[in-house]
Amino acid sequence: MTATAEPGGATRADTRDSDEPRPASAVVLEVAGLDVRFGSGPGQVHAVRDVSLTLTAGRCVALVGESGSGKSTLGRALLGLAGPNATVTARRLHIHGADALAFGPRDWRTVRGRRLGLVSQDALVALDPLRPIGREIAEPMVAHRLVARRDTGSAVRALLERVGVPDPEQRARSYPHQLSGGLRQRALIASALAAQPDVLITDEPTTALDASVQARILALLGQLKADGTGLLLISHDLAVVEALADEVAVMHEGSVVEAGPVAEVLTHPHHPYTVALLDAVPGRRPRASAGGPPGAPRAAGGGADADGDPLLVVTGAVKHFPVARGARRTAVDDVSFTLRAGETLGLVGESGSGKSTLAGLVLGLLAPDSGEVRLAGRPWSRRPERERRAERHTLQLVPQDPLSAFDPRWTVARILGEALAAVDVPRPDRRTDALPLLEQVGLTDAHLDRRPSALSGGQRQRVAIARALATRPRLLVCDEPVSALDVSTQAQILALLRELAGSLGLAVLFISHDLAVIREICARVLVMKDGRIVETGPVERVFTDPHHPYTRELLSAVPGEIGRAARAGTVPSRPAEERTEMTEMTEKN
Amino acid sequence: MRAAIRPVVARLLGAVVVVWGAVTCSFGALQLIPGDPVNAIVGTNALVGPEQRELLRERYHFDQPLFIQYADHLGRLATGRLGDSYQLQQSVWTVITNQLWPTVELALWASLLAVVLSVAVTVLTSGRSRWPRRISSLVELLVVSTPAFWLGILLLTVFSFHLGWLPVSDTGDPRSLVLPVVTLGLPIAAILTQVLREGLLTALDAPFVLTARARGLAEHSVRSRHALRHSTLPALTLTGWFVGTLLGGAVIVENVFARPGVGRVALQAVSDRDFPVVQGVVALSAVVFVVVAAVVDGLYAVVDPRLRRRTGMVAA
Amino acid sequence: MSLARRLPRPGLLIAAVVAILMLVAAIHPALFAGGGPAEGDLHATLQGPSGRHWFGTDQLGRDVFTRAVHGTRYSLSIGAAATGIGVVIASGWGLAAALSGRVGDTLLMRAADILLALPAVLLALMVVLITGKGVFGVTLAVAVGTAPGFARVIRGQALVVRRSGYVNAAVGLGVRRPLIIVRHVLPNTLAPLLVLATVTLGTSISTGAALSYLGLGAQPPTPEWGAMLTEGQGYLGQAWWIALFPGLLLVAMVLTVTVLGRDAQARSDGRTS
Repeated sequence: MTATAEPGGATRADTRDSDEPRPASAVVLEVAGLDVRFGSGPGQVHAVRDVSLTLTAGRCVALVGESGSGKSTLGRALLGLAGPNATVTARRLHIHGADALAFGPRDWRTVRGRRLGLVSQDALVALDPLRPIGREIAEPMVAHRLVARRDTGSAVRALLERVGVPDPEQRARSYPHQLSGGLRQRALIASALAAQPDVLITDEPTTALDASVQARILALLGQLKADGTGLLLISHDLAVVEALADEVAVMHEGSVVEAGPVAEVLTHPHHPYTVALLDAVPGRRPRASAGGPPGAPRAAGGGADADGDPLLVVTGAVKHFPVARGARRTAVDDVSFTLRAGETLGLVGESGSGKSTLAGLVLGLLAPDSGEVRLAGRPWSRRPERERRAERHTLQLVPQDPLSAFDPRWTVARILGEALAAVDVPRPDRRTDALPLLEQVGLTDAHLDRRPSALSGGQRQRVAIARALATRPRLLVCDEPVSALDVSTQAQILALLRELAGSLGLAVLFISHDLAVIREICARVLVMKDGRIVETGPVERVFTDPHHPYTRELLSAVPGEIGRAARAGTVPSRPAEERTEMTEMTEKN
Repeated sequence: MRAAIRPVVARLLGAVVVVWGAVTCSFGALQLIPGDPVNAIVGTNALVGPEQRELLRERYHFDQPLFIQYADHLGRLATGRLGDSYQLQQSVWTVITNQLWPTVELALWASLLAVVLSVAVTVLTSGRSRWPRRISSLVELLVVSTPAFWLGILLLTVFSFHLGWLPVSDTGDPRSLVLPVVTLGLPIAAILTQVLREGLLTALDAPFVLTARARGLAEHSVRSRHALRHSTLPALTLTGWFVGTLLGGAVIVENVFARPGVGRVALQAVSDRDFPVVQGVVALSAVVFVVVAAVVDGLYAVVDPRLRRRTGMVAA
Repeated sequence: MSLARRLPRPGLLIAAVVAILMLVAAIHPALFAGGGPAEGDLHATLQGPSGRHWFGTDQLGRDVFTRAVHGTRYSLSIGAAATGIGVVIASGWGLAAALSGRVGDTLLMRAADILLALPAVLLALMVVLITGKGVFGVTLAVAVGTAPGFARVIRGQALVVRRSGYVNAAVGLGVRRPLIIVRHVLPNTLAPLLVLATVTLGTSISTGAALSYLGLGAQPPTPEWGAMLTEGQGYLGQAWWIALFPGLLLVAMVLTVTVLGRDAQARSDGRTS
């Protein structure tokens, strides 16, 4: 390989022409029998077990698994960056034909950035927040002596242009916090491309982003692949994988349990874990009834209750928050809706759209600046807390992060006891009454004396649901109840919620940023943007025939959909994309 | 234009509030002191007749209602008049300014020593090998646990009395500054090193360091270009403590080494119950604190672009 | 990563043993040193350390070791009492700020800011000015010096707890406000404070001794370490041991408390040492 590449690769085609010719199927990285262990002795953790992979220019290999499956560790180990406590062994680890097992620190440095680039999750922290992105992007070129430090300007501009950042001259001087999430991620990709590596290792490249931005970043990665860059895509999200990958390896507890071409693995999975993972993807699961969402028939068959007075009525609710120096932000803007007993209503929107504020208003934890919330036909938001207290048991919250919703010093028995006390269960009976609650959510008396910190994420969420049910509420407000959970746990919790809502006849206000989750559990949906409800209707109608442009944008941003579009060659055109991201930026301004 | 001025005004107002609060605090504290303030002026061996006491009372306005005295006091301070010392037959202003330079000299050298030493030790001990770090941690712990006055006495015993290398007290010789500066600067350096190292280790764990390493950067570049700058941010938050320690430490160090300075004046004033001087010193240190805090705010913006106001967008 | 964690475990063990020894010496000094701290032998003044007088004798022929052992209780009790008073004042202050409205919060925290703007030593000097010299004055002075910082921490912690998911959940269950404060806010706010107090104890002991050294605390015949140093400083040229040994004990005490405090902090942060 010559080290005299074109400065920064002004355009991809130029670089390729002037560089040594690289066969399209060039194997860049080959690894066999890789193991990563952390620590030593009895406390040793065997994070990656006997993994074999081959990365090729122009192809994308996906590594799928839930958090803790060892996929990120594997990605780092391929760069020689598994960390000081890690022991990496392999039968074979070849990078560009060189035996990386014999690499010293100096050899690794010649490979990092130059042969293998890294793009990690959340560019806000993956780029140095104290340096302008131009300097970050120039760093690999300087480190590998491709370009003299003072001549990096034009190369940086070309890279920014290539990844679709508008106004590169200006943006190169921006700091990461001044850019929108999408532009930031593009800048991070540009910095990974700067020394023209043959393969990018992308570790959850879209996870921290909103759905619509996610789709555009995936399109960019697809474009890079088409231009000849190999990709190792590490992701927990099967939809992302489906959109981009040629081959997939499923990781579970450090081992690859199944591998093969994407189409084959995703349609005909062999290993039970792959099957479970696929089943767990919201929207992929078989529906309870073919015609409509599971909530719909029940709501219709709910009898007089469903046709009677609505349980929750929100009319013209407005909530402002003061921001710096006297200004105020309108978090909820003139929102009205109703919720009937036994009905499951979805509330969808991206982060910052005002969903959680609306939940606070419904729960009576926040007071609306104008408008009203009525519960069971009686005023709710306009009553003093003293009177409201006696009726609080009728509606309960299932929070996003149950760990922070429990007093860290308390055991499960005491947590449930506090809730039972709220409906006047005498102290001696609380422990016995807590047991059926736990059984209802699939836990046992073995969990009674544990502290929340000693439970798994799914178990915690079950305890949170049990606490919410302890007061025998009529309405559950679920605020992103599954977004902090792994996919397979997600599926279990959703099934539990659906079953409980059905059997107890609960009304549910289900808040989520995830359309697939909403579609699975709700009968009717509200779409929220910038504090307003922009669209509402039966969930199937909204999904198949969205009226509002924002809903359409949200839907097209579901990774599976964009993936199919990308494959068919109908990637959203770049100008449109720039416009949205520019708006996003000016909003932050 | 108005938007640009507003933060400056808010900042100034905040500074005025702090100084006013400190002044009020010291005024209030003096009212709490039991006994007749005239006693503080004439001393305990009171061979002073009632008429003379009455005269003093009038001269120092002790006969006025408390509120008037307070308003008077504020008015005088606002116009820069700090009053006269009870004991020294000089204005407080003269007393303090005469003693200011030795303290400033001491504090500046000590700060320089602390900053240089802590940065050097942090960088030198942040390598891969753990032993330098362990030894340095142990030394830091020892220094932090050593009260400044005893450190001073120890240094005096060794270097002045037994080795005879350095003078025992202030002789005007620049060498007489060495031990006081070390006594004041060393404990600060130890704490600063701990904070810097903690910051450096945290920064080295940050995702952007992984990104930098994945670019093929050499370890020393990763540290010097990325991590070190981050490690100074937590150190900057220590500034209030830093200023307080310098001034408070000056009281002790100046007494150990029998050096002139504001710290010594303050202690003497407390012993002599020379209230105007005490008030003057309190006002002075509040002003110093406020000024240093403003300078540090500026430094923050230099180090961290996220805190700059006018570089486009504000972090959401 | 805390420093305590990087210390070898023996360090912690030694610290624990020294702490126990010092506690015993503070409660019952006669166990370690036979004679009284004020008994002097005028025929044996300014004698260097020997088998008879481990730490030597001072200008009045008093045994420095005996005096130093008797001095343990002063430093320890001044430090502990000052920290205790500081914590009590700060708890009221910080909780009042966090639980009162916006105006109360602003006022109380502004007051803390103002006190924090003054050097702790200067604040202590003003307190001594009011109370007069002596052990009580110094104790109160050190307490007043630590209180504003503690108050800030408590307020911050209380605000975090008040906005926490579990307080919200309790509100959602209809639990009364006073009950929420007693059940959730107080315990979760004060627990971290106890750790912070342990860490600060070392500084309090050190500051207390410094004030005594400056002549504001315990007065000379008292075998307080700071006061002993003041006496000994006049004899540095002839009899270094008078000032050296009490200071050494002081360092040992501060070191011990600091090591134990940092270990407690590391544990409470969930990092076992």
